[in-house]
Amino acid sequence: MEKKSIEQLQSICSQVRRDILRMVHAVNSGHPGASLGCTEFFVALYFDQMNHNAAFQMEGKGEDLFFLSNGHISPVWYSVLSRSGYFPIQEMKTFRKLNSRLQGHPATEENLPGIRIASGSLGQGLSVAIGAAQVKKLNGDDRLVYCLMGDGEQQEGQVWEAAMYAAHYGVDNLIATIDYNGQQIDGPTHEVMDLKNLKGKWEAFGWEVNEIKKGNEMESVLEGLNKAKSLAGKGKPVLNLLYTEMGYGVDFMVGTHKWHGVAPNDEQLANALGQLPETLGDY
Amino acid sequence: MSLDLKFNYTEKKDTRSGFGDGLLEAGRRNPNVVGLCADLIGSLKMGAFQKEFPERFFQTGIAEANMIGLAAGMATSGKIPFTGTFANFSTGRVYDQIRQSVAYSDKNVKICASHAGLTLGEDGATHQILEDMGMMKMLPHMTVINPCDYNQTKAATLAIAEYEGPVYLRFGRPSWPIFTPSDQKFEIGKAWKMIDGKDVSIFATGHLVWEAVVAEAMLRQEGISAEVINIHTIKPLDEEAILESVKKTGCAVAAEEHQINGGLGDSIAQTLIRNNPAPLEYVAVNDSFGESGTPTELLEKYGLNAENIVKAVKRALARK
Repeated sequence: MEKKSIEQLQSICSQVRRDILRMVHAVNSGHPGASLGCTEFFVALYFDQMNHNAAFQMEGKGEDLFFLSNGHISPVWYSVLSRSGYFPIQEMKTFRKLNSRLQGHPATEENLPGIRIASGSLGQGLSVAIGAAQVKKLNGDDRLVYCLMGDGEQQEGQVWEAAMYAAHYGVDNLIATIDYNGQQIDGPTHEVMDLKNLKGKWEAFGWEVNEIKKGNEMESVLEGLNKAKSLAGKGKPVLNLLYTEMGYGVDFMVGTHKWHGVAPNDEQLANALGQLPETLGDY
Repeated sequence: MSLDLKFNYTEKKDTRSGFGDGLLEAGRRNPNVVGLCADLIGSLKMGAFQKEFPERFFQTGIAEANMIGLAAGMATSGKIPFTGTFANFSTGRVYDQIRQSVAYSDKNVKICASHAGLTLGEDGATHQILEDMGMMKMLPHMTVINPCDYNQTKAATLAIAEYEGPVYLRFGRPSWPIFTPSDQKFEIGKAWKMIDGKDVSIFATGHLVWEAVVAEAMLRQEGISAEVINIHTIKPLDEEAILESVKKTGCAVAAEEHQINGGLGDSIAQTLIRNNPAPLEYVAVNDSFGESGTPTELLEKYGLNAENIVKAVKRALARK
């Protein structure tokens, strides 16, 4: 894959944000907020960081793998998968509709290329990613396994079972990321259930923690992910704390939990799309 | 008066040892077989596998939810993971993890569950799960197997290693008669008619297959001819074998170490109602929790032994 410039990646982000908004608007459901907030991360992973193959193989031997634990941000994943060739972009029209492969939350049941496990019930993805990373070690496959979780998801106990396990086994071919946007459905995370010193918690569990302070600036995301890669293979699992803003890219959606699981209406969609140039052609 | 049993035994052993020995053999046959255990290696008899294949064995600590997720991830990458813990912690504790990451995602994970049912004994009701088969059989994609003795458990363990898809394998703690052959072929989903009969069909699973064998001899002394069918696979259920037997006998008894709600009996009832309604009596725990005691005491108190199968047969016969 030819290396893309920062400008090219940013331009992909604009299109991905349009896809997200149009998908959730069409069915008046879905989760735009954190999808918009994680757009730079997804585009950086799939268009720069990961060695992956759009001719999808479930086992992913010799490839970097990605597992989405907070499955509700499926719109951003679907957009990035289709924009990188896993399935036709026109299929985004079927998002959340009957007989679609693009289920509300990612699933394998309909064989959508790019999806390796169902997610949505929170707290499970990190365990799955660790299992896949351990198999890579067993197979002598030196590629990496990535996993994204939400910050609200850190309230799930299973996350900490997995955290303890990965450090115990030194699963250092794993790069987990927390979308640290400070929001969850019922409000700001510090009001719903304060995560307190999240960085300290992960460090105490034996992880290498890498802060990516500007999670919505492509240059900063790339730099952070490159640093994460350089921290891999040193005996500890790696965690990125990715500081993002929920709803980033649309002025009336940014920085609030109100758009966690709410779709824009016709007028709001038009307003939002007006802020995001169509760079690759809408589906 | 001594009983003339159609099946006999010279040795007793726990079914969990059948699992442990089967797992070791499966590991030797296929390098993709991996083991995971949540701090119960001794109880699950996984020590021999761990010793021979240390790099393919993962102690997860007391963290069952994580163990199920790890197994799903390993299966995604082409391994055949066998998870081991008590039946309670293999099902109820991790139901959502199994539902999403294993069953819905159709992963080739083998959930191997020991200490199921009342025969766990003295530990009491916290650990004596009696709802596990019901929970597992309700999950789409899931196969549910409950073998009856050491040999059958070993054969089942080898069979599920070769089968592609999620499986729940349930076995137990107590020393139990070994009455099935060591060289048996285990066919998933294929019931085994162990004893021919014409008056009543006894469908039994797990430890209660032995009780059914004893009950058959007791009934024979009274001139009642019972057919004994070993239903080691709860799902997919061998409906053909069930219907064929009941067509001949006209009534049935289902015997299981499980709640009356949602177990083998209910699966058989559904089959009969839809195809050939016939009297069916249950030998199962009657919507209650268990308690501490020896396995034998518990099976007697909760109505799960051969004497209770005989009583159930008589109720079924009276309804013909």
